Parts: sequence; structure tokens; C-alpha cells
Amino acid sequence: MTVDLTLIVLMAAFLAAGLYLLLERSLTRVLFGLILLGNGVNILILAMSGVGGAAAFYTEGTSGRDYVDSLPQALILTAIVITFAVTSFMLGLIYRSWVLGRKDEVQDDPESLRRETEDDYGHADDADRAADASEFPHPAEVRPLPRARTTPASGSRSASGSTGGQAR
Amino acid sequence: MIAADFAPLAVALPLLGAAVAFILMRYSRAQRLVSVTVLGLTLGLAVVMLLAAPSAGTHAVRLGGWEPPFGIVLVVDQFSALMLVVSSAVSLVVLIYAAGQGTEDSGDEAPVSIFHPTYLILVAGVSNAFMTGDLFNLYVGFEVLLTASYVLMTLGGTAPRVRAGITYVVVSVVSSMLFLIAIAMIYGATGTVNMADLATKLDDVDPATQLVLHLMLLVAFGIKAAVFPLYFWLPDSYPTALAPVTAVFAGLLTKVGVYAMVRVETLLFPGGRLGSFLMVVALVTMVVGILGALAQSDLKRLLSFTLISHIGYMVFGLALSSRLGLAAAVYYVVHHIIIQTSLFLVTGLVERRAGTADVDRLGGLARLSPLLGILFFIPAMNLAGIPPFSGFLGKLGLLEAGVDAGTPLAFVLVAGAVFTSLLTLLVMARVWNRAFWRSTEDVEDPEPILLVGTAPDSTASGMHRVADQITGTSLAKESVKLLPGSMTGPTIGLVTLGVALTFLAGPLYTLTDNAAADMLERTPYIEAVLGVGAGT
Repeated sequence: MTVDLTLIVLMAAFLAAGLYLLLERSLTRVLFGLILLGNGVNILILAMSGVGGAAAFYTEGTSGRDYVDSLPQALILTAIVITFAVTSFMLGLIYRSWVLGRKDEVQDDPESLRRETEDDYGHADDADRAADASEFPHPAEVRPLPRARTTPASGSRSASGSTGGQAR
Repeated sequence: MIAADFAPLAVALPLLGAAVAFILMRYSRAQRLVSVTVLGLTLGLAVVMLLAAPSAGTHAVRLGGWEPPFGIVLVVDQFSALMLVVSSAVSLVVLIYAAGQGTEDSGDEAPVSIFHPTYLILVAGVSNAFMTGDLFNLYVGFEVLLTASYVLMTLGGTAPRVRAGITYVVVSVVSSMLFLIAIAMIYGATGTVNMADLATKLDDVDPATQLVLHLMLLVAFGIKAAVFPLYFWLPDSYPTALAPVTAVFAGLLTKVGVYAMVRVETLLFPGGRLGSFLMVVALVTMVVGILGALAQSDLKRLLSFTLISHIGYMVFGLALSSRLGLAAAVYYVVHHIIIQTSLFLVTGLVERRAGTADVDRLGGLARLSPLLGILFFIPAMNLAGIPPFSGFLGKLGLLEAGVDAGTPLAFVLVAGAVFTSLLTLLVMARVWNRAFWRSTEDVEDPEPILLVGTAPDSTASGMHRVADQITGTSLAKESVKLLPGSMTGPTIGLVTLGVALTFLAGPLYTLTDNAAADMLERTPYIEAVLGVGAGT
């Protein structure tokens, strides 16, 4: 199989630039990275069709070897449509993210961060309940709620209860 | 004319249904009727194809009358027919659940009307991926289901979903690009993208090139299947979506990746050259996944990690590349689709009933709603592999296959699988003890609505009144039912199906064993596509 070196070099440049942009924190750059990546892969498929030739319309007297391989072109066409759709959807997401008041940046997962910073999973179970000897209810407990008759033990809330779910 | 000749309908019906459902956007009841009917028909077709599959053998349908290897073929063998039945059954159940949720929430939110068409397109993509006999068509199937999943993932466009959606889209696009690069290189090496034709031609390719192509495909599908170390996107993105969406993603999408890996290992690159490599991957996936689950308190994230962990079991069976291992892996895929989906559906119910899925803030659920307790307990024990259930049978099959292989690495994996199973039990027991069994009084910072249920004034209207005082949210609308029958019904159905897998285990194992034998032999597949004599 013969390979067009120009196409390969072009593909490598596209993929390298695309990958570099993809690793950026800015969402717009990530989008450009995706576009470059998609186009780079399309060029690769084109390169795989070998050397060029006549367009794939039947002409009297032309040998089969003189036509260009048209299957990769059909594959590229499909891939272009798909990349286009995904790119526009991604653009919509980035716009939405911007509308929601976020910066044009990849956001961290809050639950991941919470898991990382929390010291111990079984905190609530192991807390020393007797340490909370205050007669007065914890400020967080004062709610307009008829709870006194339902949970008599709620006064024994541990003083260290600020780690877990209260971050919500 | 046999049943498998109608295979294209399994893709065309959901696509047509999606078009009709899209037109009926303003009539939500008609939309629901259309989508449930369409999926019901697809399920019926899949069941007929599965029943016919053992006698009809592998059957190829040539789309548009083009002869393979030039045209696209859809291939129905026992494995793909089985996957089709399970995927359409699960997606039908989840659709009914989602429709129930939509009805209960009065369904007038704008984004929800896009749910049904998108969902049907997702199902069409999954069906296409399960049946296609063409590598590029597999890519198209993946893209169809992924694009639909992007929309479902970000439904409603809330800040957490947009954040998770961006990660999900970027990771998925990168994996698709890797797949596309692999396709381009395979085409360059062999001049065909027809999978049966590739099976005959890839053997002649230089072994080093083969290895590159093989690894490229495994990495691309490994991202989709979320195996170690390519799983990081999953627990970040899945938990933010709507409960039914997460359920269907967890059940089906990763399994499409596993399915593609099975085809790569059996049809395209047989002989298990990368068997030891895959075994190490399987071991680390199992252990790291379940350790991740141990560290979580949010039920949805916790289940996402168990999902990753149990993908390791399937890769284990696949990596053994023996008939026993492959049969057990296929059985495990079926079991896991059903069980993982039920667990996520139950989590949706828990979230609805208790207002949160954070295990730290839950308590007393078993007392509050015994039905919910049972619905969680059965699939949880099933996932952990407690004897009467299908999880035990699937794991037993894998362990047997591992011992049968007899290599030191296989024994390490057997030990790892047992260890993971124990840790799964620990994780599930911990969730059960915290969210369901302990009294609300022991919860450090309970979700207010849990306390309301124990109050004497726990009639429905009184409950909503108090809930309104506490939360001040719209949860207390008079029309909102906390556990509507239209949502518990499908969940009960799926949990029952999971239990039924125990009773169906005999016939199912026979089926998966035959499927595994056919896949390892390869000739039935190749001859079905290219004609008799092509596979030799």
C-alpha cells in the first residue's frame, strides 16, 4: 500500500495540536481540541485509501486499479456528520455552563472533593456522644418543627457533627 | 424466511418510534403510549429471535442487498440475540418507570418531552451495536447511543449535570476517536471493515501490527466499558443524571463496551494473546472498584463504583478465553445488567421517598417503607453473590472456569474475585445497616422528611404539610406521591426478573455455553456472513 506522506504529517500535526488543546482547562480550547482531533482522524482515514485515482464513477474502458478507493470517503463523510453533531452539542453545553455563571473552565466534581477532604468515613458512628453535655440545643436544631415528641434522643447530637452531611 | 430476517426492525422500530414520539412532543400521554408500544414490540421481536436462535444458528442479514464484505450486515447469533432480549427488556422496564415518574411529577416541564424520542434513539443505538457485523457500523451504533446519552445525561441543563456532561462528552469523544483511528488502521492493513472478513484476513497481518490494532480496539472499548485505569469518568458523571437515566446507563452502556471487547477477543483476535494482560486489568478493576465503593457515602456514587468493580468479573471470564470462562462471562453480563439497573431504580425510589441518596443522612427506611427495604435487599444480596441468587451462580461459574484454567495468575484472580465479592457484601451490608436498618434517632444529621414519617400525624396530607414546613420545597405539592405504583411496579418487575434468573439458570447456562462455543469456533459467524467454506 502506498501512503501519502503529506497527509500523514498533516494528521500528526492535527492530532498533536488537538491533544494539547484537549488537556487545557479552558472549555473553548477543549472544544477546538475536539474539532482538530476529529479532522486529524478524518485525514488518517483518507490516507488509508492509498494513492489517488479517478473518481468512482464507472467509465468505459477504465481498469479497476485506476479508480480511487471510495469507501474511506464514505466513512469520512459519516464521521464528519457525527463530529459536527457532537461539536454543536458541546458548544451548547459550554454556552449553558457559561449562562449558569461558571467560568469557561472544566469544573471539579464537588462530591470527589468532599470525599478527599473528609477525614474518616465512620465519623458519625464513632463520635463520643457523651461529650455533648450542653443543656441547650445545638443552634442547627432550632427549627420550626414539632420534633420534641418524636425524637427525644436528638439532644445528644455530637459536637463534632460539622464534617459530614452538613456541608450540604 | 426466519425470525432473524426481521433483525433490522430491532433498530428501525425504535428509530421510527423516536420520530413519531418527537412529532407528538406536545401530547405527553400519546408519546408515552408510542414509546412503550415500540419497545414492547422490539422486546417481542428479540424474544422470538432468541427462541429461534439455537435451531436457526447464526444468521446474517444483508442490508440493502449488498453482498458482504462490501455491504453492511447485521448478524444474529445466540450471544447477540440474548443481549438484545436483555437490553430491550431492561430498557422497557426503565421507560415505564420514567413514564411513571413523569406522570407523577405532572410532566409539564419542557425538557422531559424530549426524553422519550432520545431514549428510543439510545435503544436503537444499543440494538445496532449488539447486532452489527461491520466494524464501522459498530462505530456508528456507538455514536448513536452516545449522542443520545449526551442529551439524556444533561437533561434539564442544571449546573451539576452540565459539569458532569462536559466531562462525559469529552471522554466519550476521545474514546470514539481512538476507535476510529483503529478502524482506519485496520482498513489500511486489511482493506476491509467487515468483521467476518477481518476474522479471515487479520491472521495474515504481521503480528506486531496485529498487537497494535488489538490494543487500540481494547483501549477504545475499555473506556466505554470503564475498566481500570480508564474508569475515572464514570463515577463523576453517572450519579448526576436522572434516576432512570442513570439506571439504564449503568445497565446497558458499559455492557455494550464489554460486548465489543468480547467480539474483539473471540472473532477478530482469537487465541487470547492478551489474556494475561486482560486478567491483570480484570483483577485491578475488581479490587480498585470495590475499594472506591467502600469510601463513598452517596448511594449513586457507591453503586457506580460497584458497577466498575463488577465489570472486572466479566473481563476475567473473557480473559480466560476458554469455553467455560466465556459462558460464565456472558451469564454474568446478563445478571449484572438486570441487577445493577434494579439497584439504581431502587436508589431513585429512595431518593424520592427520603429526599436524599446520601447514606450518612438516611435511616429507618426499612420501617418507613418495608417494600423499599425488600426491593433494595434482594438485588443487593444478589450483587454480593449470596447463594440462591444469580450473582452466586455467575461468580461460581467464573471461579470454576478460573480453577479449570489452572495457571497461577488464574488462581490469583479467583482469590481476587472472592475477595471482591466479600467486600461487595460489606459495602451492601453497610448501606443496608445505615440507610434501612438503623433508627432515625441514630442518624447524626437526618433528612427531615425521615423524621416526619415516625410522627403520629403521618397521614399523607399531614406528612406533606410538615414536609413543606421543613424543606420549603415543592415536594409538598398535594399531587406528589412519594412512592407511586407506576414507579414501584417496574422496579418490582425487574427485581423479580433478577430472582427469576436463579430459576432460569439451567437453560440460560446452556444457552451461554452454546453461544461461547460458537464464538470460540468462529466458523459459524464467518460462514453465516461470507458463505459456506469461507472460514477455513
